[in-house]
Amino acid sequence: MNDGNGGSARAWLIRGAQPLGGPATDLLVRDGIIAETGAGLSAEGAHLLDAAGLIALPGLVDLHTHLREPGREDAETVQTGTAAAALGGYTAVHAMANTDPVADTAGVAEQIWRLGRRAGYCDVRPVGAVTAGLSGERLAELGAMADSAARVRIFSDDGKCVSDAVLMRRALEYVKAFDGVVAQHAQEPRLTSGAQMNEGVVSGRLGLAGWPAVAEEAIIARDCLLAAHVGSALHVCHVSTAGSVEIIRWAKSKGWRVTAEVTPHHLLLTDELAVGYDPVYKVNPPLRTVGDVAALRAGLADGTIDCVATDHAPHPLEDKETEWQVAAFGMTGLETALRVVQEAMVETGQLDWAGVADRMSARPAAIGRLGGVGAPLHGSPLVPGSPANLVLYDPSVRELVDPAQHASRSRNSPFAGRELPGCVQATFLRGLPTVLDGKLAR
Amino acid sequence: MIRHLISAADLSRDDALLILDTAGELAQIADRPMRKLPTLRGRTVVNLFYEDSTRTRISFEAAAKRLSADVINFSAKGSSVAKGESLKDTALTLEAMGADAVVIRHGASGAPHRLAGWVRGSVINAGDGAHEHPTQALLDAFTMRSRLGRLEGLRVTIVGDVLHSRVARSNVLLLHTLGAEVTLVAPPTLLPVAVSSWPCEVSYDLDTELPKSDVVMMLRVQAERMNAAYFPTVREYSRRYGLDGDRMATLPEDAIVMHPGPMNRGVEIAAGVADSARSTIVEQVANGVSIRMAVLYLMLGGAEASS
Repeated sequence: MNDGNGGSARAWLIRGAQPLGGPATDLLVRDGIIAETGAGLSAEGAHLLDAAGLIALPGLVDLHTHLREPGREDAETVQTGTAAAALGGYTAVHAMANTDPVADTAGVAEQIWRLGRRAGYCDVRPVGAVTAGLSGERLAELGAMADSAARVRIFSDDGKCVSDAVLMRRALEYVKAFDGVVAQHAQEPRLTSGAQMNEGVVSGRLGLAGWPAVAEEAIIARDCLLAAHVGSALHVCHVSTAGSVEIIRWAKSKGWRVTAEVTPHHLLLTDELAVGYDPVYKVNPPLRTVGDVAALRAGLADGTIDCVATDHAPHPLEDKETEWQVAAFGMTGLETALRVVQEAMVETGQLDWAGVADRMSARPAAIGRLGGVGAPLHGSPLVPGSPANLVLYDPSVRELVDPAQHASRSRNSPFAGRELPGCVQATFLRGLPTVLDGKLAR
Repeated sequence: MIRHLISAADLSRDDALLILDTAGELAQIADRPMRKLPTLRGRTVVNLFYEDSTRTRISFEAAAKRLSADVINFSAKGSSVAKGESLKDTALTLEAMGADAVVIRHGASGAPHRLAGWVRGSVINAGDGAHEHPTQALLDAFTMRSRLGRLEGLRVTIVGDVLHSRVARSNVLLLHTLGAEVTLVAPPTLLPVAVSSWPCEVSYDLDTELPKSDVVMMLRVQAERMNAAYFPTVREYSRRYGLDGDRMATLPEDAIVMHPGPMNRGVEIAAGVADSARSTIVEQVANGVSIRMAVLYLMLGGAEASS
């Protein structure tokens, strides 16, 4: 580990890991790739890592991360956000565009990409804004961002919905020229004016303005039809309702190019948590009901929902230590995502570890176009010749979540004080450890 | 007795009845020449009002003063959004001043919950957003009981903007606890979508409900709801859901008409109805002081005061 550029660092011999939870094997990592796998490997001079009992997964890929830099460095920076990502087992994250200034030009996208290269904890792929300034009025220079050094392929006004149907149609059409995808934050703005939480039994009781499921579902239905009409690729951000899952299942059955993500928190938490008015549970889209959680899990299990994406949304304490109504929307998630997925999907028997690898690495990498020529490969299977992006995970422990221990600059984890299974022991990015013994390796 | 009074659901049936009975005893003091009791001498009650509400603030102030408490009025108009001091910092300030109770009125639902996490004293909710207003429900129950002699089995019809009404929420919860049968009447747009989960009946038709009502409680309707298409016009609202003289005539003989105030005369309630013998609107104000005295007395005075 004598340089940080993936050069001729010493090799690592990982002993006895279980790729995708299968039989134990050794993995020899050299020159940034997985050089060899098999029992009883030896390599002179290599670092040894005893991985007995640890599951090996391809490095996780997050399609939806708010790194907050530039603009809100009090909440997160590329450095702290990517450190949090590495500790969560991620080797690539997609940085959302709603920074200040907005990532709506090639210049800002490249700035974020460079900050990611410098931080070195994981690859940072900027997401470009769909509309200039996230204003929803005119398209940003999507082509310039696609052609930039950052090679932007995902475009999103996340945090805001591209609600204008014509603008959405044009964006979907335009990105076809460079194999882009439009990632929609599905929220009909008129139906959610002033909305605070899921509209239902709990919102009625608490007197908080309701956020109806239909506000999400109506936009998803419209966008699926638009994507089909113009033959383009739509990605649906943070699906949160049972109805949305149904609509996406239907769109996929037609063969349309629609993909979708779900957040860890929507797989585990419900709107009942709002009863104490603690804004740590305030998030956009809002936490929904037990029925929605069940539908989201089933959708992720059967592949209707392609992947888990964190929507890691750090906020400083003062933006959450307030009345619910004035608090910021959002939750941190990078450092707990894999643990939550184990709790919600693996322990319930709905996904095995191969399924986890698919939903948290291979599929998001494919949606983010991270497999292309010249790009650092993510989401590849753990076989000889693949880039050595991997995570070693201990599924056997259970611990309380303590946000004070997190590398993220913010503490707004909704899992604080909750016991979750699992622990990321090590993360490798192109053959170099970013995390060892559950701690940052540099 | 409970430490905080944030929701009417915080009150057990016994707690609620104790408050009503105590208010009844304290009401008699109002008729004496010397209206003050020494019970809360040396205790500090802060009225923390983020919304204008002269009526409620004065009621709490009068209640605390009649119990000899020191009263601090802290008017923080505009919310923390408006770049003022945060609610938490205000809470810490009150804490440092040694507030034994904080009476809070706030435009944000749940603000009293948050406050209760930051102060040691008791928090009394004097109305938070569209959530609750428990002392209003208590004074309403007190008024019903004094006029009609009972609460158990009483048929109470609450009419109007339930969706945005903290008064309706608290009344439904408290009246349910006390054994009354509540029916909510409103246009469907002004009812929460999940209102069927509430412990009450729901109707869209005022005229069918009035003949079977012992109590009809009219809620204030704000004209700005019209702009958000909750109803087409104020006149249409008034025709369908307003209580005028003709409608009042369909009520049973002893039925009473209530309104938490402030009223929109000519909108949800006709002037002739508001001023009729059935109307308890002025009594409600007087009973408000007694109820708030009882709440402060029981929550702050406790056993030592009654000995």
